[in-house]
Order: sequence, then C-alpha cells, then structure tokens
Amino acid sequence: MIVEQISIFVENKMGRLLAISEILAKNNIDISALSLADTEDYGVLRMLVSDPHKAKEVLNQNGIICKVTEVLAVAIDDRPGGFYNSLKILTDNHVDIKYMYACISHEKGKAIMVLRVDDVNGANKLIHDNVKDIVDPSEIYRLSAK
Amino acid sequence: MRNYEIETMPRSELEKLQSERLVNQVKRMYERVECFRNRMDEKGLKPEDVKGIEDLHKLPFAYKSDLRDYYPYGLFAEPLENIRRVHASSGTTGKRIVVGYTDNDLDMWANCIARMLEGVGITKNDIFQVSFGYGLFTGGFGLHAGVEKIGATVIPMSSGNTALQIQTMIDFKATAICCTPSYAMYLGEEIEKMGVKDQLSLKVGIFGAEPWSENMRREIEDKLGIKAYDIYGLSEILGPGVSCECEYQCGMHVWEDHFIPEIIDPETLEVLPHGEWGELVFTTITKEGFPLIRYRTRDICSLNYEKCKCGRTHVRMRKPSGRSDDMLIIRGVNVFPSQIEEVLLSLDGGNITPNYLIKVDRINNTDTFELDVEMSESMFTDDVKSISKVEKEITEKLRSALGLGVKVHLVNPKSIPRSEGKAKRVLDLRKL
Ligand SMILES: [Zn+2]
Repeated sequence: MIVEQISIFVENKMGRLLAISEILAKNNIDISALSLADTEDYGVLRMLVSDPHKAKEVLNQNGIICKVTEVLAVAIDDRPGGFYNSLKILTDNHVDIKYMYACISHEKGKAIMVLRVDDVNGANKLIHDNVKDIVDPSEIYRLSAK
Repeated sequence: MRNYEIETMPRSELEKLQSERLVNQVKRMYERVECFRNRMDEKGLKPEDVKGIEDLHKLPFAYKSDLRDYYPYGLFAEPLENIRRVHASSGTTGKRIVVGYTDNDLDMWANCIARMLEGVGITKNDIFQVSFGYGLFTGGFGLHAGVEKIGATVIPMSSGNTALQIQTMIDFKATAICCTPSYAMYLGEEIEKMGVKDQLSLKVGIFGAEPWSENMRREIEDKLGIKAYDIYGLSEILGPGVSCECEYQCGMHVWEDHFIPEIIDPETLEVLPHGEWGELVFTTITKEGFPLIRYRTRDICSLNYEKCKCGRTHVRMRKPSGRSDDMLIIRGVNVFPSQIEEVLLSLDGGNITPNYLIKVDRINNTDTFELDVEMSESMFTDDVKSISKVEKEITEKLRSALGLGVKVHLVNPKSIPRSEGKAKRVLDLRKL
C-alpha cells in the first residue's frame, strides 16, 4: 500500500526534535511511525502522521523545512518468512530500496515495514501481484492511504 | 557605436593612448596639485619617472580622506574661473566632499553617458525621463547632459513624487528612464497596484548609484516591461558613466580612454593579476578640473579583459559587491563575503542567495573557517546522502573560488540572526 510520509530537515541541536513534536502535538497530529537518519551535523526525520499535508503546513509556518513523499507500507505477519517474501520479490526485480523502517502495529503479532523506493507504484504492484496472503496495513493500523 | 574607433580600439593602441595621457596628467598634476606633489616627493618620484602605464603601479594612492582634508578646492587642478560646475556629496562619515568640472570635463562626461545610451539602443527618437535627483548629486545633471548629447528628448523629472512620476511617463510617453534600482522596484510595484503597465511606453531603464542584484534586475524588467542596464560611477572620479553595460548585460565597460582601472590587494596594496577580486582603483587621465591618480574606491570587484560580444575592447568590470573594509584574512588568504555569495547564488538556480554566516576563530594558532548556510526547500531532499552532496558541493565550490578549505553546516531557515532585517554575515571570534 502506498502512503505519504513527511520528511523533516533536523539540525543536530538540543531541543530540535522536541520542538517538532510539540508543533505536531499542538496541531493534533498523530505520529504512527518515525525514523531518524543522521550525520554529525544534521538528520532527516521521517514520520507517518495522521495528516502529512497539514503537518507540512504547520511545520513550514514554524520555519522548518520538510517534504511529503510517497512510500510503500508492507504489513508483516508474525510467521517465519513473513517479510522475506516481500523483500525477495523487490530484490529479484532490482528495486533499489533507499531505506526502510519499522512501524509497530497495535494488533498483536503484526508489524508494518515502511520502504522508500524510486518507483513506488511499480514496487506496490509487484508485491500485490506476487505475494500471497498480503495483509492490508490499513486493516491493522490506521494509516491514511494515498 | 558613438565613438567606434575608440570603443573598439585594439588593446595595444588603447594602452599607447593611455600611456601618453597618463604621462601628461602626472606632469600636470605635479605642477598644480600640492597633495599629489608631496606624495610623489615622499616616494622620491619625479614626473619624468613615469614613462607609460607600466609605471602606474609606482604612483602614490589617493584616498577619500584627501577630499575632506583639502576641502573645498585644495585638490582642483584648474583655477576657479575655469571650473564651470561643482557637485558635492555628504559622504557617509559626515563632512562633505566637493568636485569640480571644466567645460571639457562636462563634455567628456556627457559623451561617456552618450556612448552608453547608444550602446543600449537609445536614439534621438527616444523620450528619456531622468528620475535621478537634480542638484548637488551627480545623477540628475549627469544623465541629463548625456541624453541631450545624443539628441533624445529629456524629461527632467528629478526624484520623488511617485504618482506624478507615473503620470508623467504615461502622458509624455517616456520610452526610457533612469533612477536608482530600489526606486525602480518601487515604481514597478506602484504601477502594478494601479494596473497601468499597459499604458507605459517604456522599453529601456538605466539604473545605478546603489548595489542591486540580478534577481532585482529580473523583477524590474518584468514589472516595468523593459530591459534594465547597470551604470556605475562615483563623483570623485566623474559621477555615473565611468562604466556601464552594453546590450549584452555582461559586465560594465570602463571607458578606458579616460579612466584606468586597477585591482589591488587592499592589504599588500599590490596590483592583482587580471580576473582576480580585489579593490578597484581608478586613475583619471583626461580630467582637468578634478583629476585623481590611483584613487582607492574601496569597492570590491574584478576586471574582465576579454573582448566583448558587442565588439568593444574596453575592459568590463563586474558589479562591485561589498567594500574592501569587509575583507577577511583567513589563513593568509583574502576572503570577501561577496565571493561566498556568488557561490551560494549558483546553488539555487541563481534565484536567491541563501542566508549565511561566516564564522572565523583562531584555535591553537590556526584560523578555523566555518560557514552556516540556511537550508531551503529546493535544497532539501528526503535522504541524507543528497544533503551531504549539497554540503560537499558548497565546500568544493568554495575551495576552488577561495583556495581555502571551509567546514559547511546546513542550518534551519531563519536561524541565522538578523540585525535590522539584514543578516549579520560575519562572526570573527579571533582575538588579534
Ligand atoms: Zn559589450
């Protein structure tokens, strides 16, 4: 399933993450998953939130740079090889995964993987067409599908 | 071209002409200007020691403070009966300066401006609104005389009263205008508000007397529906018209049959090779009333001696950016904030210069040089690798522009402190 994530430029300074989460909280924006990639000086914070476009608007208003991008959300069943099947299909078809992060599901025994790929539509179709017992992440977690 | 032979003169001939004129000027000034004579004597130089422009670098400099020290007429090289007009400016540090022109000087000045006007396509059929101030400031009268010289119709509007300015250019069908670039922006905004752009006949604008950016040029061109050209000058040397752009808008031609420009290192005072950035110095070789030799403008710029597409051989100066007083010396290398701006401007498709802060410190007897650059939406992509790439690109471009390593930090927008709207550009923590 394709979902929209928000990516935020974060300077590695005390309190930056706190400031961002405060802005989101004040605007009733719910965070369902996040990951932080960072270097010595800065990082990129990626999040799945309840309303990515509103999040961008309120962050921009506060002088924070961010972008909304499309990513692939894949639900995983807690059984051997649950994630392997999906990943293999993508790898076999030479889909370059730029990064991924996990998102814990509310439903016991399930998880969601968030993957960033160049051709998100193509990757989505590959998984849909080839993986049996596909689980729609929206069923296990409230994600706003694109 | 107005003076085809002069404007396209081969470099070697031009230099010969400059040499003859320089030798005469030095001799004349040594006889007539006490300040210059004293400085020559201090250096043990006689006018005979100057045989041509190859000796220019030996001559003493002249400074803005000379104009105050010899106020009002101490630097004039002609008796007052031969001075037809004076202009004056308040100067930024208080005391006024005054300059004087003979009949020949006024004619030369008008001709310098006429060359420019012809170069950008203005003819006797044009109607030219002069919206520079008339008075002690050189802008109004300077342009006025140049416009008359080519036979166009002058509207001597002077500055101020925006509503009347706009009404006048509509009613009188002005095809060309000159004023300061900031006033042109303001006029453009008012015209937009009034919705009268389609009633204008303007096609050319000539702007100068203050710094402006390429971005401003595009906005002015768009708002007024014109081509906008840059003109440079300073009253100590002439007023507007010392140099100006041709139709190609690729640097300002210095009229070298009257003015010799040099670029010097403001610290060592050595003349720098062609193309390098440094302080602009002017020598007037034909001025009679108020001549100056090696006048230090404090403007930072560079010179391009390549022949221009327009066919003119006269050297082109870059738009001055910054003052030599802004120069930093980092690990023995001269750094001008304007060089950094140029690199940063190239990042965002040349549209805006991101805000930046130069941070210099001295740790263990070595200068540290860091640069904070405010991140912009167009520079941001969602993966760390691409951001590192932007950072690296800035670092590499600065290294080749400055010959100096710098640690670049990308920071949040609006995180660099601003003082009175203008960002503070330099934080020098060295205790020297
Ligand atoms: Zn040219």
